[in-house]
Amino acid sequence: MIDAVGQPQSLLVLGGASEIAQAVVASVAGRRCRTVVLAGREGPRLTEAVERARSAGVDQVEAVRFEATDIEGHGELVRSLFDRFGGFDMVLVAAGVLGDQQADEHDPVGTARVITTNFTGLAAAMVAVADRLRAQGYGRLVVLSSVAGDRARRANFVYGSSKAGLDAFSQGLGDALAGTGVSVMVVRPGFVKGRMTEGMDPAPFATTPEAVAESVVRGLERDAQVVYVPGVLRWVFAVMRHVPRTLWRRMPA
Amino acid sequence: MTTPATPATPEQRATVPAAPSSPAPSGPVVVRTLLTGWGRTAPSAADVVEAVHPDVAAAAVADVAAGRLGSGRGIIARGMGRSYGDAAQNAGGVVVDGTWMDSVTAVDLETGHVTVGAGTSLESLMERFVPQGWFVPVTPGTRQVTVGGAIAADIHGKNHHRDGSFACHVTSLTLATPSGTRRVDPEGDPELFWATAGGMGLTGVVTEATLAMIPVETSYLLVDTERARDLDDVMERMVTGDDGYHYSVAWIDCQATGARLGRSVLTRGDHARLADLPTKLRADPRRARAFVPRTLATVPVTPPSGLLNPLTVGAFNELWFRKAPRREVGRPHHMTGFFHPLDGVAAWNRLYGSRGFLQYQFVVGDDQGEVVRRVIGRLAKVRLASFLAVLKRFGPGDPGPLSFPMPGWTLALDLPVGHPGLGRLLDELDDEVVAAGGRIYLAKDSRVSRDHFEAMYPRLAEWKATRARVDPDGVLRSDLGRRLGLCEDGPGSAAPTHAPTPAASRAADPPREQTR
Repeated sequence: MIDAVGQPQSLLVLGGASEIAQAVVASVAGRRCRTVVLAGREGPRLTEAVERARSAGVDQVEAVRFEATDIEGHGELVRSLFDRFGGFDMVLVAAGVLGDQQADEHDPVGTARVITTNFTGLAAAMVAVADRLRAQGYGRLVVLSSVAGDRARRANFVYGSSKAGLDAFSQGLGDALAGTGVSVMVVRPGFVKGRMTEGMDPAPFATTPEAVAESVVRGLERDAQVVYVPGVLRWVFAVMRHVPRTLWRRMPA
Repeated sequence: MTTPATPATPEQRATVPAAPSSPAPSGPVVVRTLLTGWGRTAPSAADVVEAVHPDVAAAAVADVAAGRLGSGRGIIARGMGRSYGDAAQNAGGVVVDGTWMDSVTAVDLETGHVTVGAGTSLESLMERFVPQGWFVPVTPGTRQVTVGGAIAADIHGKNHHRDGSFACHVTSLTLATPSGTRRVDPEGDPELFWATAGGMGLTGVVTEATLAMIPVETSYLLVDTERARDLDDVMERMVTGDDGYHYSVAWIDCQATGARLGRSVLTRGDHARLADLPTKLRADPRRARAFVPRTLATVPVTPPSGLLNPLTVGAFNELWFRKAPRREVGRPHHMTGFFHPLDGVAAWNRLYGSRGFLQYQFVVGDDQGEVVRRVIGRLAKVRLASFLAVLKRFGPGDPGPLSFPMPGWTLALDLPVGHPGLGRLLDELDDEVVAAGGRIYLAKDSRVSRDHFEAMYPRLAEWKATRARVDPDGVLRSDLGRRLGLCEDGPGSAAPTHAPTPAASRAADPPREQTR
C-alpha cells in the first residue's frame, strides 16, 4: 500500500531498462518498496536493471518482456501481471526513444517509430493499467514526460511532439481517474545526462537520472500532479511557451 | 439527540459513480466510495455496505467469504473514520459502514452495564447515560468514535494509568467472522477477545458489545491546571502527582526550544460530586448532570496546505500557553471541554489542507523519558509545524497482543504531510522507539515500516494464529493490514472483468452525498 507520505511498496515499471527508471527504483527501494516488476526490452540493460534493483534492497524483483509498440499484447500483459502480483501501488511509465531528428524528419518509418513508442504504445498500455488501478481502488501512475513536450522545438519536434501527446494524454487520464483513488503524476525533466543523450551537448539546467528520481520521490511525498526537474524549469517554460515563433524556431538543439 | 455517527467531511467519502449495470435482484446496496482516515492521506475506493442491522453486517462478511460479494479483496468494518491512517479503508474491497448499528439493546441502571450496537458513538452513550449518572469507562480525545472502533483500536484515555484500556471494561462482544457469528467474552475465549481488542478489525466485524459504565454524580470535573516550564518539570510533576488523579494529561508546546523545550500545561482532574459544585448548579441536579454537546464552529472549506505553518502554529501555541493559568486548583470544567476540546470544531482536520496530516504516537517505558525529550527536540529543530503534543503516563499494559499501551510515557503529535523528508525523519524516530523497547499506536499510524512494526509488537505471531482460527482464508482485510503484512491479496483479485457485484449494480442511483 501507499503510505501517508506517498511511498509505494510495490512498483511496476514499463520501460524497466531505462536509466531514469533504474534510479527511481533505487530511490523507492530505500524507502518502502519490496516488489519491483521491470517490464522492458530483453537484453543486457534489463538484466543490469534487475541486478541494480536487487542490490538496492528490493526483496522481489522480476523482469518481463515489454515492447511499447506491441500494442495488441498490452492488455494481456497488464492483466497477467496484476493478477499474478495482486496489484501494484505504483506504475512508472518510463519507456521511450529519442530517435534521430535529422534522419527521422525525412523518414516516415523513423518518425512513426518514435511516436508509436513514446505515445501510442504507452497510451495503449496506460489505459489497461488505469482500468486495473481503478478496480483496485488506489494507485499512483507516474509518467515520464519531458519539457520537450511543453513546446515542440525545430531541433527535436518528432520526439517533442511524442512527449506532448503522452503528456496531454496523461493529464486527461488523471482527470478521468479523479475520485477513484488513483492519481497521475507527470514528470517533465529537462536535458537528462545519460545514455540517451550521450555525445550531445547538455542544455542549460541539465539534470541527472538520480536527480529525476529524487524529484519523483519528493513529488510522491507532496502528492504532486506535475513535477519539473529541476524545479526552476517550470518557470523557464512558462516563459518559453510565449516566445515568438520567429525566435523559437531558431532555438539551438 | 444530535445526528448519530455523521461522517466528518465530504472529502472523507466522496462518492464515485459505479459502473453502469443492471439492478441486482437481491443483496445489499453497495456504493463505491472514496475513503480516507481522519488525517486525509492515502485515499482508496471501496464498495461500502450500510450495515443497517447486525444481520446485514454478518451477511456481508459471509458473502465476501463465499465470493458472492466484492471482487476478492476482502472486507473490513468502518465506524466514524477517526483512525488517522488507513485502518478503516479497504482498497477495491468491501467496507461495512457500522454506524447504523447504534441501538441500545440492554441496560442495567443498577450496575451500569449496557449492551449496545457496535456503531453507537461514545457521544451518544454520554448523551443518554450521563444524565442517568453513568459515564463511559474510557474516552479518547474525541467523542466521535464508535464502540466497535474503540474495541478494535483498544483505545485509551487520560485515565489509563488507573483504569487501563477500553477493552478492559468490555464484558462481552458479538463478532461476525467468516467462520460464523459468535459471542466472545474475556473468560470464555480470552485469546479471541484480546486478539479482537486492538486487532484493528481484522478478526471480524464487532456488531454488539456489553460494557461496564462508571457511576458519576455530575457532568463536571474538578480540574487542577498548572504550567510546567520544561520537560523535566512536567515529567516530575506527573511521576509524583498523577496517582492522585482520575484523569491526567499534559499539553506540550513542541515549538519551544532550548531551555523551554517541553514547556507544557498539565491538566488533571476527578469527577465532581454534586456537593463539589457551585451553589447554582448544586441547586439544580438535572443541570449538574446535563450533557448537551455543541458544535461551536465547522471548518467550512479546505484551505491550502500550508495554512498551519511554523509561524501560525507557533503563535497559537504561545497564546495558548500564556492563556493557561500558572496554577489553578479545583475548578469545575464540563466533561465536553475537559475531555474533548477539539470536538467543538467540526471537521478541524481540514485545517491541514488537501495534503492532510498524520499523527505520530509512541510509548516508551518509564525509564525511557529521554526518548520523549529527543523526539520533541528533533521535531522542534526541523521546524515542523506541530500543534500541541499530548503527553501522558500509561499504567500496566493490556492483555491484547496488538494492544498499544504499556507502562511508561506516551507522546502524540500531529504533523502536516508534505514536508520533505518527513517520512525519513519519522523512520529515524521509530529507530529510537524500537531501541527503547517501545511501539507506535496502530490507530494513529499511516506510515510505519513493516520491520519496525514487527519489532514493536513481538506477540504478532500469537495474534496471527488467533486470527487464522476465525478467518483461515484471510477474508478480513484493510489497507493498514496490507501495508503492515497482516493480510494480503491473492492472485486475481479486483479484476475489472469480473461479473458485477450486487454492489456495483445500483448505478442508476444518484451519487451519494452525506446522507446523514
